[in-house]
Amino acid sequence: MKALWSITKKELLSYFTSPIAYVVIAVFTLLSGFFFYSLISWFNMVAIQILQNPYYYQQVNINQMVFAPLFNNLSIVLLLMLPVISMRLFSEEKKMGTEELLLTSPISVTQIILGKYLASLIVLLTMLVLSAIPTILTFIYGNPEPLPYFLGYLGLFLLGAAFLGLGVFWSALTENQIVSAVLTFGTLLLFWVLSWAAYSAQGLWQDVLSYLSFFEHFDNMTRGVFDTSDLSYYLSFAFFGLFLTHSVIQFRRWR
Amino acid sequence: MIETEQLTKKYGDLVAVKDLSFKVEEGKIWGLLGPNAAGKTTTMRILTGYLPATAGRASVAGYDVFEQAEAVKQSIGYLPENVPLYPEMTVDSYLGFVAEIKKVPGPKKKEAVNRAVEITGLNSVRRRLIKNISRGFKQRLGIAQALIHNPKVIILDEPTIGLDPAQIVEIRQLIKSFKGEHTVMLSTHILAEVKEVCDGVVIINEGKLMASGSLDELAQSFSQNDGIFLRLDRTDSGIQDLFKQLPEIKKVEVEGSEIRLEWPWGQNLRTPIIKTCLDNNLEIKEMRSVAMNIEELYLRIVSGGMEQ
Repeated sequence: MKALWSITKKELLSYFTSPIAYVVIAVFTLLSGFFFYSLISWFNMVAIQILQNPYYYQQVNINQMVFAPLFNNLSIVLLLMLPVISMRLFSEEKKMGTEELLLTSPISVTQIILGKYLASLIVLLTMLVLSAIPTILTFIYGNPEPLPYFLGYLGLFLLGAAFLGLGVFWSALTENQIVSAVLTFGTLLLFWVLSWAAYSAQGLWQDVLSYLSFFEHFDNMTRGVFDTSDLSYYLSFAFFGLFLTHSVIQFRRWR
Repeated sequence: MIETEQLTKKYGDLVAVKDLSFKVEEGKIWGLLGPNAAGKTTTMRILTGYLPATAGRASVAGYDVFEQAEAVKQSIGYLPENVPLYPEMTVDSYLGFVAEIKKVPGPKKKEAVNRAVEITGLNSVRRRLIKNISRGFKQRLGIAQALIHNPKVIILDEPTIGLDPAQIVEIRQLIKSFKGEHTVMLSTHILAEVKEVCDGVVIINEGKLMASGSLDELAQSFSQNDGIFLRLDRTDSGIQDLFKQLPEIKKVEVEGSEIRLEWPWGQNLRTPIIKTCLDNNLEIKEMRSVAMNIEELYLRIVSGGMEQ
């Protein structure tokens, strides 16, 4: 456990001594701030108009009108940005030859993978916490429902954790960071558009494809519906990515 | 301390190491010698547990490399050919990190880092970023990380490659200082290094063992005679005759400004030779061993394919 944490600390150090983490966090916060600002401005405008007609009063819901679209936008931004966070995890070790140091140390491959993964999760958490600061203000000046709000953020975190799990796998396969990022990005897009394919498919295929798609599960959470099958989907996705990483590293040595 | 038996490693069809068996005793410095692509790095990677072998056995510090990998990794310090450094870390934080993953107990970490810094002379750069220190310091840092957990066995893959002559001398001094306390195996293709630093060698070529043993043993088994080169203040034909009169002498030859004298192994004619020089008022400018000419030995072993 201690060795795992040493790896995490080292990874965090390299994230925060290089510009990568700062740039990703800054751009993500900026975009999320912009989305939030435009959504809340629009909401304000609509609300003022609607409130003049008491009949529509019930329909003004900040969760549905601001947070649900905000979370959807942020999920796409995560899809675009997290490959940049995961791309260096193993690629760089391989390129620098430091993989040899790690693999000849008395720590297990699992500890190395989990240590690195944990560091990337901490960066993800930092991104989400910073981007949440302006949205918290709505609780001071309004009364959004807390459950869909928190589930939305939990959903973003789980979604990001699944993205990173896949990213770690690709980064273990190549020593080129760009290749690793592009492959992660491509695979993520594929899982995204699976839901489109699901619309035109029929029967069992439709169920399978829509189950596999990232965003079907995410929609539930932004609507405030918490289903353990969504949770287990994201966790098993991340676990699968890490498991494949482990296999790749072991296989390369045994080949 | 290090032992291999019939060690074989194949990469697909390519055989990198074939039936390699050798033994390194405790507290000795042993050289792993061979031309480029002879299988030196592969052998070292197997010993350190980085690569599994295709067949055969290997043990380090009494632990089986394949069965007790973690115990082996705990007792080995390893400097790979490409020094594994994180450029964005400082020297101190890097060594601290390595101490942690080598499982140096928390309270002893600082002491271990200080000790490694002290031994390798890194004091002046401790707080600098690794990317900003010189090549020589990087190499020392690589050695420092290998000995941070005070391992019984230290494995160094080409430790002096790419250094300037002064740095090479320093690193060799450093490695020599490990003798007795650690068992060291270093790979190199610089013969002078072996001669200066090592107690013995394992010579491999194309993955196969060509010879192994102490330098003296090898010299004895590959040449029939012991001998010396002698450089005197004069070289005229009369001098040759003087030495030819010595009992047991096999060969007296003039090579340039030197005289080459040889006699069978087991005899020692050095004292009689010196005595002859003194008696005849000859001044000895230089005197060195013929048998220790490792370049010659190496070339004979590697190119001649003289398997032991």
